[in-house]
Amino acid sequence: MVGMVLTTAPTTPHTPTYNDLPVLLSRMTGDEKHEPSATSTLDVLWVLYQRVLNVDPRNPEAADRDRFLLSKGHGPMAYYAVLAAHGFFPVEWLDEFGQPGSPLGHHPDGALIPGVEIASGSLGHGLPLGVGLALGLRANGNDARTIVLVGDAELDEGSNHEAIVVGAAYGLDALTVVVIDNDSSSLGWPGGIARRFATEGWATVDVNGRDHDALTRALTTHHSGRPTAVVAAVEPRK
Amino acid sequence: MRDRFATVTSELLDNDPRVSLVLADISADRFAESQHQHPDRVINVGIREQALIGTAAGMAHSGLRPYAHSYAPFLVERPFEQLKLDLGHQDLGAVLVSIGASYDASDVGYTHHAPGDIALLDTLPEWTVHVPGHPDEVEAFLRAASQTDERVYVRLSENANATAHHRPDGGFQVLRQGTGPTVVAVGPMLDRVLAATAGLDVTVLYASTVRPFDGETLRFVLAEPAVVLVEPYLRGTSAPEVARALTDIPHRQLALGVPPHTARFYGRPRDHDAAYGLDVAGIRARITAFSPTDDHERYATHVTG
Repeated sequence: MVGMVLTTAPTTPHTPTYNDLPVLLSRMTGDEKHEPSATSTLDVLWVLYQRVLNVDPRNPEAADRDRFLLSKGHGPMAYYAVLAAHGFFPVEWLDEFGQPGSPLGHHPDGALIPGVEIASGSLGHGLPLGVGLALGLRANGNDARTIVLVGDAELDEGSNHEAIVVGAAYGLDALTVVVIDNDSSSLGWPGGIARRFATEGWATVDVNGRDHDALTRALTTHHSGRPTAVVAAVEPRK
Repeated sequence: MRDRFATVTSELLDNDPRVSLVLADISADRFAESQHQHPDRVINVGIREQALIGTAAGMAHSGLRPYAHSYAPFLVERPFEQLKLDLGHQDLGAVLVSIGASYDASDVGYTHHAPGDIALLDTLPEWTVHVPGHPDEVEAFLRAASQTDERVYVRLSENANATAHHRPDGGFQVLRQGTGPTVVAVGPMLDRVLAATAGLDVTVLYASTVRPFDGETLRFVLAEPAVVLVEPYLRGTSAPEVARALTDIPHRQLALGVPPHTARFYGRPRDHDAAYGLDVAGIRARITAFSPTDDHERYATHVTG
């Protein structure tokens, strides 16, 4: 859907494909091998922007857009590559990644980048913000979805657990959390991450974080009266 | 002030679909009817202050005008990073309304005291800070805040002056003009400052909006280049503002307020006022010592002593 729009966008000469991403990533990292933090989110981000989110790079502030909050701001190269592939900003920006004056820092800032909803970096802020955003959109009669991406280690922050309770208690079924699980939480989550959400009343699904069709199903299945947590497992961080 | 906050905010919720309210249990009983009327816009997150601010910020992101409320230490100190990031870094607005002030809840101890709240906010840019001294001022500030998207802090107290004196534009009100030092009385300190300065040749300014700080009026009324701050929170909180306003004028300054301390006694708020020299007698004694009637005698004592 978004890709068809891009046939007329000046910054992307062709409909983006997943195979474009390694080259785009290399413009930031300078080589073909990438840090795990940069690529753990890559497939989820690709599926979100290709198949799930209602967003338009020509009108990134549209009132009815879905809100995507990248809470785990660490390792944003995959995010930048996917945004550039979809025409939110010129791919040339990637060459200046991390340079003084570049809008693309090592943690993203929504004030500097079209299509980026929040600034992140400090962990545990996206989910409480997403709860408030989903509450506000509902109060405004706006059907847009709110999707928050967090990491399994990010869930260490207690602020998430405050928000998990609040989101379920208020039945925020337009809110989805996708947890990138690369087993990087120092103390771990005995019994699994999904259980933490399910206990509070969330709909949960465990999915292979590299399986695009499974991710699409998980991220587009609506659960009436309940927020959804998608736990996307990827290769454990060594 | 707390009653007026509940009345006015309930009315704003009824009349303005943009206004929302986020609570963390504190004062939830006062908004039960509002929550029933506006279940989508009155949200109690329970005893979760990080979520209190995060939720308010998210609501602002959606275009609402959120008010968030709790005791000052749980509204400002506990979720301070949320104030810095969820509101400031995201450039989102909210109206934070605190109760408890520095030690209104003296009988429950230091956990519920927040003399440092405004000093903390001073580390962040672009906050408007109101310290109302009367319920009418509370009402005016709450109503005005509903019309903007700014970051606003309204610090309620159990202490109030007999009458309201605020200026709608946030400037300092000139209540007494003299030829000696200028005394800046903040919010609920006004009545005791007026009593403490009775018969003294001083100028008295009333400040119920302290950020931005009305240095222009201070400069305009300044007679003797000497300023006394009387603040109901951490002493010296506004001292840098005075220094900034008078950068080019050699001046003296005396900052009265709550000293840094860890309270180890309960008692009543007035017991704490007395302990910190913030009762009428304490304020008068220090202002008198700051503005000696005979400078020559004082100087001579200093030189020979």
